[in-house]
Amino acid sequence: MDTCIQKIREIAAGLLEKGEVERVIGFAEGTIPMATSPVAISRKEDVEKLTFSSTCGLNLANYASKEKGRKIAVVAKGCDSRNLVTHIVENQIDRDNLYIIGVPCPGMVDKFKIASEMGGEICGFKEEGDTLSVSTAEQTKDLKKSDFLRHNCEYCTHKNPVLYDVLVGDLVEEQTLDNAFPDVDAIQALDDDARWQHFQALTQNCIRCYACRNACPLCYCPTCFVDESGPQWVGKGQDKTDVDTFHFLRAFHCAGRCTDCGACVEACPMGINVRDFTRKLNKDALEMFGWEAGLSVDKRPPLDAYSPDDPNDFIK
Amino acid sequence: MKFITIDKKDWAKGIDKSRETYQLFGPVKDENGCQIKALDADVQPDMEYTDSVLSAKSVLFPQSEKILCTSLNEADDDHHIMKRADTAYTPRAVVGLRPFDAKAIQLVKLNFDTADYRDPYWCDAYEATTFVGLAANTPGPFDFSISTGTGPFGEDGLDILLADMDDKFLAKVLTPKGEAFAAACGFDAEADPKESQVLLDVLKKEAESKIDSSVDTDRLKEKTILDLHDAPFWDDVAFSCINCGTCTYVCPTCWCFDIQDESKRKSSVRFRNWDTCMSSLFTRHATGHNPRGEKTQRVRQRFMHKLKYFLDKYDQGIMCVGCGRCVKSCPVNIDIRQVCQTMNNYEKQE
Amino acid sequence: MENPYMPYPVRIDDIEIATEDRSLKTFKFVFLNEGDEEKFAYQAGQFAELSIPGVGEIPIGIASSPVEKGFVKFTVFRTGVVTSHLHNMKVGDIMGIRGPLGNWYPWDKLEGKNVVIIGGGFAFTTLRSSIVYMLDPANRSKFGNIDVVYGARTPGMLLYREELYEWEKRSDINMHITVDGTDDPDWKYNTGFVPQIVEDKAPKADADTFAIVCGPPIMIKFTQPALTKLGYGPEQIIMSLENRMKCGIGMCGRCNIGKELVCKDGPVFTLEEINQTPKEY
Repeated sequence: MDTCIQKIREIAAGLLEKGEVERVIGFAEGTIPMATSPVAISRKEDVEKLTFSSTCGLNLANYASKEKGRKIAVVAKGCDSRNLVTHIVENQIDRDNLYIIGVPCPGMVDKFKIASEMGGEICGFKEEGDTLSVSTAEQTKDLKKSDFLRHNCEYCTHKNPVLYDVLVGDLVEEQTLDNAFPDVDAIQALDDDARWQHFQALTQNCIRCYACRNACPLCYCPTCFVDESGPQWVGKGQDKTDVDTFHFLRAFHCAGRCTDCGACVEACPMGINVRDFTRKLNKDALEMFGWEAGLSVDKRPPLDAYSPDDPNDFIK
Repeated sequence: MKFITIDKKDWAKGIDKSRETYQLFGPVKDENGCQIKALDADVQPDMEYTDSVLSAKSVLFPQSEKILCTSLNEADDDHHIMKRADTAYTPRAVVGLRPFDAKAIQLVKLNFDTADYRDPYWCDAYEATTFVGLAANTPGPFDFSISTGTGPFGEDGLDILLADMDDKFLAKVLTPKGEAFAAACGFDAEADPKESQVLLDVLKKEAESKIDSSVDTDRLKEKTILDLHDAPFWDDVAFSCINCGTCTYVCPTCWCFDIQDESKRKSSVRFRNWDTCMSSLFTRHATGHNPRGEKTQRVRQRFMHKLKYFLDKYDQGIMCVGCGRCVKSCPVNIDIRQVCQTMNNYEKQE
Repeated sequence: MENPYMPYPVRIDDIEIATEDRSLKTFKFVFLNEGDEEKFAYQAGQFAELSIPGVGEIPIGIASSPVEKGFVKFTVFRTGVVTSHLHNMKVGDIMGIRGPLGNWYPWDKLEGKNVVIIGGGFAFTTLRSSIVYMLDPANRSKFGNIDVVYGARTPGMLLYREELYEWEKRSDINMHITVDGTDDPDWKYNTGFVPQIVEDKAPKADADTFAIVCGPPIMIKFTQPALTKLGYGPEQIIMSLENRMKCGIGMCGRCNIGKELVCKDGPVFTLEEINQTPKEY
């Protein structure tokens, strides 16, 4: 990880010095344990702020699409790079204005899982290779990083960036999975009532902060459907139907586009596993259309593309 | 000052007895962490918790609250005439809230109970509530409440302050409301006031020594609003912000709300919901003009309000009690302590 | 104290189309309950929240004047959810009014002074309230000279046209009515933008003259320099701000600018106060 941090800084410094980009968007060290903060570096002198670790769980493609017209460089993990591809396909970013600093990603850690394991608030966190040295007020423990990866990282089949201008480390080995969606299968196996209860319990603590939506690179609509007032589609209170509508409908708006980067879960202050809403749609996209989002700038997404030879019956 | 010793073996029973008089609220652990909730008949408040994700403000100020209702049925005599929604403020008690949450409620009171207007919903709820606080022997790692004027053993806004002493609680009864609550629980083992205060002070000192996080606020007042507002550091502070509502919703002193009408067939209800200045809709005029349409303007507004406008307007310190919830929960780790230091130390370049 | 969120029930007594493009309507309301009108006693410059159950509320300046009894009048521009609903309502419909809210033009400070009133477009509502108040026989002697500069895009867009023309004929008030442009050959009054007419026709400043300005941001932006040219200092220029509001009683925080809450510490401010506040309006 340390060499890749050095390389990120060197590359950023080089780009800024030569004026090839106006800003480099990356991660900076956080002010609390297990946190990193997205940062935009525009002066060569500040590149020492850039860092990278297994707590860089947010998706920087979210910031890239808001830099309209500026030439920028973005630090991108595998999933982030797929979102950058999606942005290019959806005309949110001009490829010519984008310099992708690709990071082959060994996986991000699950902060809630770690806190749960340690039984208290984390006040110290150090990462050395595969070992995490974690402390609370009561105890210090060494944890094995591979036991505490985020769920989406455990099941990730695209750890290496799919589109990049430079790589800051060696490619990591991709895994092939017999079943990439055991969590979705488990929910699908529930009967109707149990499945309804599962989703009701999932959103019981939702406070409509929209951190999940705002952290998601796909959610760039100038006026989100929940904010529309003429006509108003969704109530703004805590009525369960309104809360559920927000989550279900947002998932559908991301169908066929979601890269399972986990930024939504990372951002949620209440620890809600927002991915339970999107994973089923990812599975459907794969099974019905053979589609995984963000792998190529040349392919149109399935809900976007039509061919007279389309085999599906419903089109005939 | 009255002090009561409560043997922990008697605690649960006493709490249950108080349910005859009070509806209870308190910290409860669930799959998503610790929340302050209304306690079901068989649920005890979790007195071992470190901190709750959301603050106790929802006891007086629920996230979504009915304030008025109307019949839209033209056959009714009083159609289209608004009435106060049925809100019953039976006596309630929050058991186990942290001193900074109680102090926060006193700050919020400045907003809802003014010389010109009295918000009946918040104020009636406030008057019906007894605040039984739990001092923090081991403050959480995000606690910086000493420098904001409360500390882990603060008494401001509380009716009773409980200190955990392993096998018992030492309760300092601060107000008549607190006395009534203790009586309702049947806690009557009085302790010597002098000795108890000494014990409390020892625990307080120990707890305070465990807090190493602080902010400097001494030089905020001397600067002008416009100087701080026009300072050059706001773009950097605001870059990573994703404009969600997390900081405002977890914050115990944030009080902004939205008013929404909803109607169903022949009746309508007017709600008030928590709202956040972080949302771009917050200041958007019906014409589309938006005085705070840029992200930086909104991020700046939040910190200026918390650390400067409130300070100047009420002269009661900053609008932050140092609970650290925003620091912990912010998805992008924007740290109010850092911003406060930056603002406090800012020197305008001529 | 009374519940400040509870509106007084009112009935729509009359609806007038106020401008030729029908985008503004003047509504006349009467209170349903006896005693509510007394409780609603207001001053010129204040606003109220018009409350439609099931739809929402809007903060609108009071156009009628405290000296007009038996009703209250508001002129509303159709632009969003609530205003569109209101425009479709009929005489006899019941709704609510909350208020009066906000502060008012500083009538005690203006006593014995000359007043220059400058308005543009449909921001003239509280200025009408002010002019009717000042011209009332019981009040006229309290003030010195009254000058009014009011302009709109075309003659058909001027609010309260008939009243304007009547006032123009009076000798105890100097009216400078203007339009941006018109092809009406019988147009008797000025043509030109409000800031220009202010520069040309408004009286020069002295220690006893105050200017009250109310209008769209662009008008204010260009009127300010005109007033400065005439010698008006920032403490002599009184303005009425607008902002997004919800509760109207200084609690929901939405209209907060700097230390001020536009609904409670305003909407009337002097330019001096505004200059010390961030430009977020």
